[in-house]
Amino acid sequence: MPQLDVNTFLPQVVWLVITFTALFLLMWRVAVPRIADLLEARQRRIEDNLDKAQESKKEAEETLAAYEQAMNEARAGANTHIAEATARMSGEAAEREAELALDLSARITAAEDEIAKAVNDAMDNIRVATIEVTAAVLERLTGEAPAEKSVAKAVAKALDSAPKPEGR
Amino acid sequence: MAAGQSPLSQFEIKRWVPIEIGDVDVSLTNSAAFMVLTVVAIGVFLILGMRRPAIVPGRWQSMVELSYVFIANLVKDTVGTEGRPYFPFIFTVFMFVLVGNLIGMVPYGFTFTSHIIVTFTMAMVVFLGVTVIALIKHKIHFFTFFMPPGVPLIMAPLLVPIEIISYLSRPMSLSVRLFANMLAGHTLLKVFAGFVVALGLFGVFPLAFVVVLTGLEIVIAFLQAFVFTILTCLYLNDALHLH
Repeated sequence: MPQLDVNTFLPQVVWLVITFTALFLLMWRVAVPRIADLLEARQRRIEDNLDKAQESKKEAEETLAAYEQAMNEARAGANTHIAEATARMSGEAAEREAELALDLSARITAAEDEIAKAVNDAMDNIRVATIEVTAAVLERLTGEAPAEKSVAKAVAKALDSAPKPEGR
Repeated sequence: MAAGQSPLSQFEIKRWVPIEIGDVDVSLTNSAAFMVLTVVAIGVFLILGMRRPAIVPGRWQSMVELSYVFIANLVKDTVGTEGRPYFPFIFTVFMFVLVGNLIGMVPYGFTFTSHIIVTFTMAMVVFLGVTVIALIKHKIHFFTFFMPPGVPLIMAPLLVPIEIISYLSRPMSLSVRLFANMLAGHTLLKVFAGFVVALGLFGVFPLAFVVVLTGLEIVIAFLQAFVFTILTCLYLNDALHLH
């Protein structure tokens, strides 16, 4: 078995030590630090990008919050405006209504006055006509002109005792 | 390979360039040449992979990074953060054994890990190294390692010798495991390859077996490199943390 040939041990061990040491130095001084640096740089870059993404997300959230706040403010403002306008309009409407009611009642009063006046005038005319008719009838019946004063008195008495027109 | 040769002849050491310094034989043997080739192959692999390091790696770079991260995670899982300073050594051990095993799978190649003296030397370096690390770190407390905690004192005369023997046999098991796997696999391959010609037409059966066995041997090349590395890590963990 060639493995047990003691004469071959020394050159193998010597070359093993040489090659292994060379490889170890290569690894220790060159390869491992380089690979480690590279992996670290990559890790850092990934973390950087993650941080940036986090920041962007935060910014977006802030923007959204600001937008929502603005929207809420605008909505609140609009509601206030609507409430104000409603209040103002209902105030105006009430005022106008009150004015209208006042105007209408004034007109009604004026119209009633006119009616009352017309009724009085009519009554006066009737009175005069009645007095004339009564005087004429009495003259025809008695043949002499009655005293105008007593006729007027009698007519007034008769008219006043007569039923008044409905309404006022 | 000529017929009639022993299946073990593939393991013969040939002095390609006989060199002697004083009385010391430092001839460049086929074994030494393949060690040099292994180191060159690893160097080329690393240089190719890291020639233009990019944030987004290419194929070669991915393989370099993959092997690095694989061993880095192994060290982190078995030893913890204290294992970081020893990572270059462990990575070297892994790559050296792995590439040595794989180059040995190339036909007409030589597997230097199939020689007990090579694996034993590496195992002894690991063994002496972790023992020195443990002695420096724990000083006299290192010897409590041979007396597991919670064991009644009366058991000590029995347990301590067992623990010491188990500790001293570590370089044996570490080196023999790798050496025997390589020796057995390559011998078996050669034996069945011999049947291919001897059986004539029926040689296709041993040929198919050799093909399958070659695949298995490549898996074993990875596995044994991994086992050697993980045991190194475990010994280092024992040295740093005792129990």
